[in-house]
Amino acid sequence: MTQALLREIIDYANRADPYPLYEELRKNPVSHDGNGPYVVSTYYEIQSLLHDPRISSDARNLKSTGDDPLGQSADDEGTALPPSFLKLDPPDHDRLRRMTNRPFGPPHAPHRVHDMRDELHGLVGGLIDNIATSGNLDRVDLVDQFAYPFPVTVICRLLGVPHEDEPRFHVWAETLAASLDPDPDGDPAQRGKGTTDARMELGMYLAGLIEERRKNPGNDMLSQLATADGPDGAMTTMEALSTSALLLIAGHETTVNLITNGMLTLLRHPDVLQRLREDPGLSVPIVEELLRYEPPVQLLPQRTTLSDIEVAGVNIPKGASLWLILASGNRDPKRFENPDRFDPDRKDIQHLGLGSGIHSCFGAPLARQEAQLALSELARRLENPRLLEDPPPYRQNAVLRGPRHLQIACDGVLPKAA
Amino acid sequence: MTGERTRDGALEYLKREGRIVIVGASLAGLRAAETMREKGFTGSLTMIGDEPYEPYDRPPLSKQVLLGHAVADHTALPRRRVIDADWRLGVPATGLDMAARRVRLGNGDEVEYDRLLIATGVRARPWPNEEEGSLQGVFVLRTRDDGEGLQRALADNPRRVLVIGAGFTGSEIASACRERGLNVTVAERGDAPLVGALGGVIGEVAAEMHREHEVDLRTGVMVTALEGDPSGRVRAAHLSDGSTIEADVVVVSLGAQRNTEWLAGSGLGAGPRGIACDAGCRAFDVRGIVTDDIYVAGDVARSPHALFGYQFLSLEHWGNAVAQADTAAHNMLSESADRRPHLWVPAFWSSQFGVNIKSVGVPPMGTEILITQGSLAERRFAAVYGYQGRVIAAVTFDNCRWLPFYEHQIESTAPFPPPYSTVDRRPEGNKPVPADFPDPSVPTHGPTITLSGYSPADRKMTFTPGR
Repeated sequence: MTQALLREIIDYANRADPYPLYEELRKNPVSHDGNGPYVVSTYYEIQSLLHDPRISSDARNLKSTGDDPLGQSADDEGTALPPSFLKLDPPDHDRLRRMTNRPFGPPHAPHRVHDMRDELHGLVGGLIDNIATSGNLDRVDLVDQFAYPFPVTVICRLLGVPHEDEPRFHVWAETLAASLDPDPDGDPAQRGKGTTDARMELGMYLAGLIEERRKNPGNDMLSQLATADGPDGAMTTMEALSTSALLLIAGHETTVNLITNGMLTLLRHPDVLQRLREDPGLSVPIVEELLRYEPPVQLLPQRTTLSDIEVAGVNIPKGASLWLILASGNRDPKRFENPDRFDPDRKDIQHLGLGSGIHSCFGAPLARQEAQLALSELARRLENPRLLEDPPPYRQNAVLRGPRHLQIACDGVLPKAA
Repeated sequence: MTGERTRDGALEYLKREGRIVIVGASLAGLRAAETMREKGFTGSLTMIGDEPYEPYDRPPLSKQVLLGHAVADHTALPRRRVIDADWRLGVPATGLDMAARRVRLGNGDEVEYDRLLIATGVRARPWPNEEEGSLQGVFVLRTRDDGEGLQRALADNPRRVLVIGAGFTGSEIASACRERGLNVTVAERGDAPLVGALGGVIGEVAAEMHREHEVDLRTGVMVTALEGDPSGRVRAAHLSDGSTIEADVVVVSLGAQRNTEWLAGSGLGAGPRGIACDAGCRAFDVRGIVTDDIYVAGDVARSPHALFGYQFLSLEHWGNAVAQADTAAHNMLSESADRRPHLWVPAFWSSQFGVNIKSVGVPPMGTEILITQGSLAERRFAAVYGYQGRVIAAVTFDNCRWLPFYEHQIESTAPFPPPYSTVDRRPEGNKPVPADFPDPSVPTHGPTITLSGYSPADRKMTFTPGR
């Protein structure tokens, strides 16, 4: 039965609304059937496993994936690169994450994200201007015209990809992103080749950039990763490569979905959209509630146990595959009152949308700022926006869940604020 | 009218029109007041504090304030809500009449109560020789004024600072001095810093932190005398090993004393170790009988903890003050069946020499220690303390994200040594070693208190800083 439920979660037919399935799943904090994964669906159990040192993120500790519908890792970064810190345990994880954080956040770079604010504002403004000048306000695809291009450009700026290379970068990013979202009807061999080529080209490109920054460092993150010389020493070229590839992929797919899920939710709650239009500051609690209510990362499918452990009365053997259904924990009525209600005024909102523990989302401060800016500007500038299709077509991916397109219409676009 | 209804009526009356007095206007007092108002208490609320300031936060005083990153008078505690209290600040409570339900104040006023909460906390233990302790340049660090004074003294670029005592506060002060580029000597009676709180194994790591940051760390020594110049400024300290340290600033960091003297003769079970209370924060009187209208919370309270063999613990922990205040406030306004026990798992944190130190449980109860994650040499690790085959405490250095797991291990009396594997387990984490706490019966660690005299009237307590 569990296995059937898992298949249903993966089943595209349930992509638009997986929440009833999660509710079914939560009847048991841990579900397991035969040799498939152990699926954890309740808030407190997920929260404690994310802080449990007996849980590994390193696939090499898996005994067998067994009958795991997501056994093929969902965000395959390719075999040529060493695993990024997302897929490593301490101490390697800690060292690489620490080194990556040095140029990104406190205590060494407390202003990095905040200082990007004006630049992000400019990017958002420009993309909305493009919508205005596209001439067709009866049919705007917010994904293709806004939510997709925005985060890639942000990552380019953050890493220090030269402006003139951004278009090439966009193409690679898009190809790799598409590989995360397998189309069952497409030709896997064809797509596989495209992905491999894109990964190779991107890798070569980044390697070249890293070499160049080693000689002529700038103020961008790539330079700082390439020339790092802190208490943890320096990154190897391969480490810098897999880290920047991680930043690109993880920092990109998730933000697209956060923004798109956000607009979709706001369009379904016009009262909240109206409040946001009047008070851009409301974007802060709105984004937090979105991370609970419609998190871009629905589940973590690649944890494993280093020992036999007991969770909510279920014995999970060493080396078992664990799925932590973050989106289900976020709707656990034992943790959140009226969990299926979208309520930006919610006070107690320690959601699992960005994970928790040592792997909690590295890019969280940037993702929050991007989403807050994007949603508040869209709310302010789009006149009378409305959904043309509800539910919209979703992407295949059950892990990184979001609409593939979000078709809206509006009456006009207000000018940028002076 | 049934007895049930009478009791209900009394409680309703208390909530509506009762008089609640809180002695101690710091973290615990403030949080208790807020909780009472939250629970619908609309009667009169009096807050008595001996300092002239509104409640402020102390942790920054030994860190950001000393570094000059924060100003001492800007560390006011954020308010969770309006408490609408009658504030009596700058006036100490000087006595308690339990029978008449009155608190006496230093200015001669008396305040009547229906319910009393005592949250008078602790104060810094002063230098035992009063004359030496009053030399200019000799400081303790507990209050806002202390913090401000010490910060100014450090800003004057003294040639050398001497810190007496290498507990958490002493170590944080030494760390701040080094960050300011000042020469600093630390004199510690034990074999290593933090040894009383975390034991010798971790103490050795702390000692390396001091030395690596060029602190002149002297362990196994006591300061026997402070010496002033003719103008009354401190100029040197004499050590038990015969050496002399010249210093312009001396910080006495010998722990804390509980503020219970004002209760002498009141009949309440109050003494140097705090005010004994039950798990529901109700104070005991000297006969060992629990009172029904006097409650205790925060550093001054000493309460039995079910998880630690019902030992009476007095905890100088920020989180304990908040949680205990909350429990006390709840219980003060509840029928006995609705009262809650204070079951907070002890936890504290410190920040020194750039390292974040956190602990849960009661490390000094531990007899053995096992490094479960990371490495002592890298100064980034998690360690658990074992006591009679169970996990009793844990400490992390720059590794605090794992702490909730260990807290749960303590709460569920998990076995020690842990039978499971963890990420980042190194060879040194395969075998427990003695935790190496100082033998409490040997007066090398912590000051000693002795009693003399026979009849209760002439019994005297003598404080001895060392052998």
